Amino acid sequence: MSNRRLALLGTTLLATALPGLAAAEGTLNALVWCDHTDPALIEPFEAAHGVKVNLREYEGTGAALAILEQSRPGDWDVLVIDGIDVFRAVEAGLLAPLPADQLALGDQFPEVVMAANNQQGGVTYAVTEKFGYNTISFNAAKVDPADMQDLNTVWSEKYKGRIAIYDYYLPVMGLAAIASGIRTETLGEADLAAIAPTLALMRANAATVGEVVSSQTALATGEVDIVVGGGEWLTAVLAGEQPELTWTIPDQGAVRWAQSIGVLEASENKDLAVEFVKYITGPEGQARLATSSCFWGMPANARAGDHLSAEQKTILRWDEQAGYLARTELYPAPDADLDARMQDLWLETLQQ
Amino acid sequence: MSGRAPRRTGRGFVAPALIWTLAFFMVPFAVMAAMSLATLDGRSLVWGLSADNYARILTTPYLRRAIAVSLEITAIVTVISVVLAYPLAWIIAFRVPERWQRLALVLAVLPFWTSYVVRSYSWLLVLAREGVVNQALIASGLIAEPLTLANTRTATVTGFVHFFVMLLTLTIYANLVQLSPNYRRAATDLGASAFQTFRHVILPLTLPGVVTGAFLTFVLCIGDYVTPQILGGNNELTVPQVIMVQLGRRADFPLASALSVVLMGIVTLAYLGSARWLRLDRL
Repeated sequence: MSNRRLALLGTTLLATALPGLAAAEGTLNALVWCDHTDPALIEPFEAAHGVKVNLREYEGTGAALAILEQSRPGDWDVLVIDGIDVFRAVEAGLLAPLPADQLALGDQFPEVVMAANNQQGGVTYAVTEKFGYNTISFNAAKVDPADMQDLNTVWSEKYKGRIAIYDYYLPVMGLAAIASGIRTETLGEADLAAIAPTLALMRANAATVGEVVSSQTALATGEVDIVVGGGEWLTAVLAGEQPELTWTIPDQGAVRWAQSIGVLEASENKDLAVEFVKYITGPEGQARLATSSCFWGMPANARAGDHLSAEQKTILRWDEQAGYLARTELYPAPDADLDARMQDLWLETLQQ
Repeated sequence: MSGRAPRRTGRGFVAPALIWTLAFFMVPFAVMAAMSLATLDGRSLVWGLSADNYARILTTPYLRRAIAVSLEITAIVTVISVVLAYPLAWIIAFRVPERWQRLALVLAVLPFWTSYVVRSYSWLLVLAREGVVNQALIASGLIAEPLTLANTRTATVTGFVHFFVMLLTLTIYANLVQLSPNYRRAATDLGASAFQTFRHVILPLTLPGVVTGAFLTFVLCIGDYVTPQILGGNNELTVPQVIMVQLGRRADFPLASALSVVLMGIVTLAYLGSARWLRLDRL
């Protein structure tokens, strides 16, 4: 074999073994939540731009930041991140400024623009792409819907053993705070003692504490009749087969979640990455993201409604959003120390 | 031939295994051990030689409880699996005709062919309030109301036992078939009853297979995250579950690493306790 062929073979093998080196001009690498892995969402972008989008799914901001830390600069182009954690990525210097004038921020529901979270020093680093509620999902055929309007009745003795709790401490503690009359944005370390008994009661009356699939399975199979921390994201994909599975926002209110999307500072493909962000936050991309096969949620862009069917809008409760937005609070966004205390309290509660 | 050449050849044969162990076990373990001595300042990692994480494990009730829960579940699973696997292996080795033994072993390892996650979710459906078990019990009139079987320690143990009985059956079977029939014949000739033959001859000779299988069960069970997470309903947390929580949102790698080192310490103690009987070459 000639030296030239040997070199070619070596280069090919190296490029195959190291995807980063092989990253072509027409490839976009995105670190995302599972709703972005729906081909119905990604394929139109790939076809329109003649590119391939590589997606890696993760759970938990800590996990995403660890992946980015262990990757080489340029390995990733796009990051989807919990709206309350955008500042962590910005502080770590991971996110690049976005061209705000090219993004449809004016079309977004005003409550979910979340400038305080997505912008710093007047610079836009991320855009809200989807939101929803951590509230109460339930089986309307098994429980009294009127009871679901009061958080304290939901996790009372009346429904002992029929409750599942969504296993994410921020929204569930947010609900406990709201039930105790504490606003999530003011929740501090001193408030934890006040919500601990509520969490303990919730835990004592729950049959299970599970992540998305476990909670969904528990509700769908009749193992439980209520999911505390659930919402449209939990029941919407089941609506076709089990219309009795529904959700509500109690009278005291509920917690709102939001996810944001941004471009990584180290990306070598920023133009394409920005195009991807524009697609995802544009009306058509938003409608597809909202109804992703992984989980449904409200699109941040109000013009997405033009691309949703009447049935999809009914499931998403499109027409009731104004009221829902007014009655919900963004879930707690703790600093590092409070986050540690909250996680400790959560684990103590689970081990009781 | 001088003595040097065989030594070099010997080193050559050992080198790949040594490099493999060094690269994929010793180095990662050293990094993890070093990480366990680091701390978090806010969200920033601070490298150092702090014992804070180990002190936290010793003084935090929910972390101590996680270790206790892991040990309890692992002990229960290991004992039940051994008790069920031994007779099963015995039947396959001595009662099933030789031509059917291969098929019996294939049936024994069938659970290994399915996805671990899918198998766990299948158990969840079987044990649910409206699952097969409860429906059968209600239909037979044994119970009026469904029992709470899913999302309990019982469910976790059931999922584990289903898997590990098969593993133990294989290790014990491998030991039993290597046993010469002359031992049993000699014991019988000397007047030993069937039970005495088993108690004083067969059991001691097959102990290495039992202990090897039990040790593997212990190691795999205590480090498992999937089964307790899916079947236990988070009603009690094991060490791997607590480790995952540390990594998910807060990225507390130092505490997660310290918990992993503790887990490794427990496995090492289990190894030392069973080393006398461990015979991995019998597998």
